[in-house]
Amino acid sequence: MNISLNITKTFTELLSGFLPESTANIGAMVIIALIYLAIFSVAGLFLVLIERKVAAWFQLRLGPNRVGPWGLLQTMADALKLVSKELTGTVKADKFLYNLAPYFVIVSSLMALSVFPFTQNFQAFDINIGLFFLIAISSIGVIGILLGGWASNNKFALIGAMRSGVQTISYEISVGLSLLTMVLITGSLQLSEIVEVQKNGWLIVQGHIPAIFAFMIYMIAGTAETNRAPFDMVEAESELGAGFHTEYSGMKFAYFFLAEFINMFIIAAIAATVFFGGWLSPFGITDSIPWLGVFWFLAKTMTLVFLMMWFRWTFPRLRVDQLLTLEWKYLLPLNLLNIILMALIVWLNLTIQF
Amino acid sequence: MVKPNNTILEIMSYFGDIFKGIKTLLTGMSVTGKYFMTSHKGAITQQYPDNRDTLKMFDRFRGEVVMPHNEINEHRCTGCQKCELACPNGSIEIIWDRQVDPETGKKKKMIDKHIYHLGMCTMCGLCIEACPTDAILWAQNYENSVYNRSALTKVLNQPGSKLMPGVED
Repeated sequence: MNISLNITKTFTELLSGFLPESTANIGAMVIIALIYLAIFSVAGLFLVLIERKVAAWFQLRLGPNRVGPWGLLQTMADALKLVSKELTGTVKADKFLYNLAPYFVIVSSLMALSVFPFTQNFQAFDINIGLFFLIAISSIGVIGILLGGWASNNKFALIGAMRSGVQTISYEISVGLSLLTMVLITGSLQLSEIVEVQKNGWLIVQGHIPAIFAFMIYMIAGTAETNRAPFDMVEAESELGAGFHTEYSGMKFAYFFLAEFINMFIIAAIAATVFFGGWLSPFGITDSIPWLGVFWFLAKTMTLVFLMMWFRWTFPRLRVDQLLTLEWKYLLPLNLLNIILMALIVWLNLTIQF
Repeated sequence: MVKPNNTILEIMSYFGDIFKGIKTLLTGMSVTGKYFMTSHKGAITQQYPDNRDTLKMFDRFRGEVVMPHNEINEHRCTGCQKCELACPNGSIEIIWDRQVDPETGKKKKMIDKHIYHLGMCTMCGLCIEACPTDAILWAQNYENSVYNRSALTKVLNQPGSKLMPGVED
């Protein structure tokens, strides 16, 4: 195939054929944004379906199997139902913040998707601070959760939102530090550069012991940051009803729900890019066909998503104090030690390079 | 003042806790992982209306109380009314009278109708435990919804049935 994989460039060139340059730039951005929106809203729905199927198999059930072949259209039907439902609200809610909150959550998670290199040059937005941008954007979502919980004027929602704030602020440090450990090897925050470095071996191999520690810390903290079980005190059903989105209905609820699953995809995609070589194939077996990079990227990401689902359906929920103990007494000190170890390894050239 | 020896012990237990934690987490994951891998062999889900013809309930399932009869229309109920007394919400009502036993010529208590109100039954099973002659049992039928409540009032003994000989001995 001769289509250039650099989608931004392709669309800009296509449009600048009959439009002035600035209009062509904006037009290309809008087109790419629409493509990403369409793809990932559907992908988010299928992640929900995968979650339900995996949960069913872990519990020896069948899972959704009525709508469409093998239940493939179940979540589509759910989304259609949610679109058609009434948007209710509480009388005493702060209307402006209440309506604003879901958009914070969904926009921040969709924005993060733009910087991932799906395969060589197939990246909407290749900035030199890519990883930093990802960490920053993924923690903006919590503002939406806090706003939603506060504006609902509901005690369950408020408690849920406050727990989410505590959790995200704590675990953001671990996510950042564990990724920083890997940046010590790559020497760059740009995601395309990070993948380029891994042509000499995936970073989890290059950085061996501290990289494995960093990966474990990252997966724990990443699971906590997406507010998934075993860290789902934000919406602990037995205590808080539905947590911060108790008062939301219809499409606003669906935004929160979709954002949770897209966030899970993002966390897994960051791990796949930083630790497992992004779109690079194992041992370079398909490096001559750049299109297959999408397959490898998605395969790695889905494996990690499955790992997170495995966590969810295995571990019981932590208490708030246990959650904070885990972060501040275990993950953070270990992470700092791990950074020193990694720095020593990079300094002494003990990384494994092929 | 903490002795240096204690500090070392504390550090050891700190890392020991971490390894113990990871080990137990991996144990849990292996258990659920095994379930995940074997799930394709048979889910416990019953796809009810589809497998209506083959679906069989488990032995301990409490569907409704029945009174089994043998081929020659004999049951084991002596009409002692222990089940009626045991029932907490009055679902069982026994209509009986004294009739002359054709064998011995003596007057004897016999049931006329063993009435069971399924609509009031909470499936506690106390009647079955109370029965001294095992005359009533659990049935495993599960399609008990009807359009009219009166269909839930059942007479357990079949018309013309009589007591199985030898039960009272």
